[in-house]
Amino acid sequence: MRIIVCAKQVPDTNEVRIDPVKGTLIRDGVPSILNPDDANALEAALQLKEQVGNAAVSVLSMGPPQASYMLRECLAMGADDAYLLSSRAFGGADTCATSTTLAAGVRKIGGADIIFAGRQAIDGDTAQVGPQLAQRLGLPVVTYVQKIRSVSEGKAVVERQLEDGYEVIEVKLPCLLTCVKELNEPRYMTVRGIVEAYEKEITVWNEKDVALDPAQCGLNASPTQVHRSFTPPQKGKGKMLSGSISEMAAQLVGELNEKHLL
Amino acid sequence: MAVIVHEDLCRGCKKCVKACPFEAITIEGKKAVIGLGCTQCGACVEVCPFGAIEKEAAEKETVDISQYHGVWVFAEQRGGVLMDVALELLGEGRRLADEIGTELCAVLLGENVEVLAEELFRYGADKVYLGQHPELVTYNTDAYTNVIYKAIREYKPEIVLLGATHIGRDLGPCLAVRCGTGLTADCTRLEIDPESKGLQQTRPAFGGNLMATIVCPNHRPQMSTVRPGVMQKLMPDETRSGEVVALKVEFADGEIRTKVLEIVRTMKETVKLTDAEIIVAGGRGLSDPEGFRLLEKLAKKLGGVVGASRAAVDAGWIDHSRQIGQTGTTVKPKIYIACGISGAIQHLAGMQNSGCIIAINKYEGAPIFEIADYGIVGDLYKVIPAILEALDLE
Amino acid sequence: MIFSEKHQLIRKLVRDFCEKELTSEILDEVEETGVFPQEIQDKMAKAGFYGIKIPREYGGQGADNLAYVIMLEEICRVSPVASLYANSPNSLSGGPILLSGTPEQLEKYLRPCVTGEKMLAFALTEPGAGSDAGGVATTAVPDGDYYILNGRKTFITMAPLADYAVIYAKTSPEKGTRGISAFIVDMKAPGVSFGKPEKKMGLIGCATSDIILEDVRVHKRDMLGAVDKGFSNAMKTLDGGRLGVAAQSIGVAQGCLDEAVRYAKERKQFGRPIAKFQAISFMIADMATKLAAAKELVYNAAVLKDRNDPQAGMYCSMAKLFASEVCNEIAGQAVQIHGGYGFTKDYKVERFYRDCRVFTIYEGTSQVQQMVISGQLLK
Repeated sequence: MRIIVCAKQVPDTNEVRIDPVKGTLIRDGVPSILNPDDANALEAALQLKEQVGNAAVSVLSMGPPQASYMLRECLAMGADDAYLLSSRAFGGADTCATSTTLAAGVRKIGGADIIFAGRQAIDGDTAQVGPQLAQRLGLPVVTYVQKIRSVSEGKAVVERQLEDGYEVIEVKLPCLLTCVKELNEPRYMTVRGIVEAYEKEITVWNEKDVALDPAQCGLNASPTQVHRSFTPPQKGKGKMLSGSISEMAAQLVGELNEKHLL
Repeated sequence: MAVIVHEDLCRGCKKCVKACPFEAITIEGKKAVIGLGCTQCGACVEVCPFGAIEKEAAEKETVDISQYHGVWVFAEQRGGVLMDVALELLGEGRRLADEIGTELCAVLLGENVEVLAEELFRYGADKVYLGQHPELVTYNTDAYTNVIYKAIREYKPEIVLLGATHIGRDLGPCLAVRCGTGLTADCTRLEIDPESKGLQQTRPAFGGNLMATIVCPNHRPQMSTVRPGVMQKLMPDETRSGEVVALKVEFADGEIRTKVLEIVRTMKETVKLTDAEIIVAGGRGLSDPEGFRLLEKLAKKLGGVVGASRAAVDAGWIDHSRQIGQTGTTVKPKIYIACGISGAIQHLAGMQNSGCIIAINKYEGAPIFEIADYGIVGDLYKVIPAILEALDLE
Repeated sequence: MIFSEKHQLIRKLVRDFCEKELTSEILDEVEETGVFPQEIQDKMAKAGFYGIKIPREYGGQGADNLAYVIMLEEICRVSPVASLYANSPNSLSGGPILLSGTPEQLEKYLRPCVTGEKMLAFALTEPGAGSDAGGVATTAVPDGDYYILNGRKTFITMAPLADYAVIYAKTSPEKGTRGISAFIVDMKAPGVSFGKPEKKMGLIGCATSDIILEDVRVHKRDMLGAVDKGFSNAMKTLDGGRLGVAAQSIGVAQGCLDEAVRYAKERKQFGRPIAKFQAISFMIADMATKLAAAKELVYNAAVLKDRNDPQAGMYCSMAKLFASEVCNEIAGQAVQIHGGYGFTKDYKVERFYRDCRVFTIYEGTSQVQQMVISGQLLK
């Protein structure tokens, strides 16, 4: 069985802070991490491999050369090989163009029986690339997968998370599944895995390698464009209550009553 | 698709099938059909002896925007009940349609759901495109995508809005790829550019640290998903009605590749964070899941519901359905009480439009105080009982 | 030191692990019960901490001494006692076997130790033989295919938990240090018993006790290395161990510094955070500077060891001497900055302060390190 995991290196948005004076993003020192949902996707792939035995897990990413660090992390968790789509031509891609590039990468690898992707990346939170990639590859897709019940010859039965419950869905293979964090607990890397990850080659492909025209990549192929960006206005600071705890509590209840909020 | 087959010229010789590097071409009914795997490489164009395959110039794709008219809203229904977000989108869509000077349409799919059309009219729709079929009774990616894609191709809307629900966020991306257009996720503001009449879609990025306004100038339709609770419903107008247009729905064998075997509702109680007037939310500062019992007590007393920050959900203290923030639910209650929530920007993104924000935190430097109307520095395990006591004295 | 990506990734692994697994609740429980959870031990073994610098052919992870130092540093930053479990197979437990073991011994004893299935103790110290390791009084007398061991080993880390111990005993009492041999002894063998676990000042959660040997029969195939060659095995093992203690020291010191900085910013006196007072801020500056110097010394010693540099041994001693002393100093100052609160168990520095006290003592006291260093320089 051939399994591909799509992964993205993202800035840890929990660490992003705003410069209180300039109102701009402070990106210095913000670590780049493996996107959390993608770690769940990789874990799902590794568990499936352990279950079926004869399987290979490849990780595919699009990003700058530094993203190889994140791919080494994936190898250190147990992936068999890793591929990085990296080129100037891929820059500025929206989800639509990203999915085209990833689709070309999947084809170049030779396709897969199951493709796992994270539900969404924490830097964009769009949740679009997974289903878009499936569309480009002509594969059925199940998003928000919270449990994999079974994978057998030609089909998988999975649970798809809804806001107030879940659906049990049977899907034909090959297919693409996007994973939520409830699906599993990603394993740690192992030290040996790290050592061996640095003994492996990460395959790097540009647009020519995956038979794409520059016009089909990156900004050129992105229907959406960023018109402008700005930091959201911050609400002004209110009133800090003081006194003993019971005084503060009484003051708060008094204020809320006065404003007819209670 | 930029590569098209002129059916009148095609003889079904299969040369293109062999020439395609991506195995994207099949022969159906002795005619070549370009599949979804097409990368528009043009290999088939060269080998066709009959000139039946043509690669449309890239420009052609981008210049036909003048043919697209009308604002569409995906009228998401579950179990025969319209989702609130669909009505909210009609409210927003009404405003956009009026600004452009065009019609507002709802797309309603299901089985025996025609009764819902009336509701859609009352909330602002001029027209309802109605697709009914047993396969559409519950949401199904392939079925919904195919039906709506065909409708978009036929009726050419300029804007398509979907709720950013687990369904809308599945359907939207699939439709966008099929239509060859862009999609902007989780918009919090939509505006019409007065000059171009194009849609300006504003959404948070970087976990809410940055807002970005996105445009889709050369492709149609312009597509957005919008999170529940962000837009305003109109007051229903009982006198309004409109036109129902039936969509032709038929599926070929094998066209639908997923099957919903079962739908399970697990929500133990109806926590509707988006509707709540008062929310008591807990974060990492609770230190353990027991803390939520105290919050429940306060919420019950105030007639509110309990929410949580991502940290508390990630710690496994409470179900993810309670999560408020950039990932999670966006809320704007009358009163929001943040207990032991530091105020990570991604949490603020989901609650900063609340009417009155009360923050209780041990650490005076917690960012939550920057946006709070009232701040109490102290141990929440002491402060909340004191508030309960103060409420009892009322 | 500028680390390679590989070493950065190893740091990330250990840091993530400690953040998730070694929570305050768990550490408080360890302190209270004196028992370190088996589940976390298993997880550390699975992540590869137990065999980080043991070659892959023996079930280890095949990383180097620098990786080993990084691992111990990161664990100690959160929990010094946890580091004992991760350190042991790489150091005092695995070390003697890796140095002198036959292929059978490596397979039988080292592999399960590295995978976390078995625990192995290092038993050299005796009531009368501490820093003066040559004063070993435990005897091993040949008896056919067996040796009969008699004696008492003291302050043996993990002894009550161990499956096996490497016991150093006199085979030729007249030859002093040249008459000591090493044996791998099954801790369930007849004649083996344990003293009461010591009531220690720190590092609670890893039992230390005496091992008592009364006519214990050990097959000669369980002799480790050649007859009378045990002393050099013990010394070489301890030599490697020093780097480990040096690494533990910089980890604890970092933990103390982190806590001191955090507290100094939060704690207000006279209307402002105490960090705004020069007495505190300069103390923190000195703590950080000394720690930075200690770190460079420790990392450098690790790199020298990875290169098999002849000076590596001396540099390991220097690293241990300096880092363990500086660590105690920093821990003391961190408690000082915390004021009265630092004297209570509510704050992490209290535990750090007790845990690190032994760093200048075990595996060669500071004074023994001074002997080693000066001996090298003045020979």
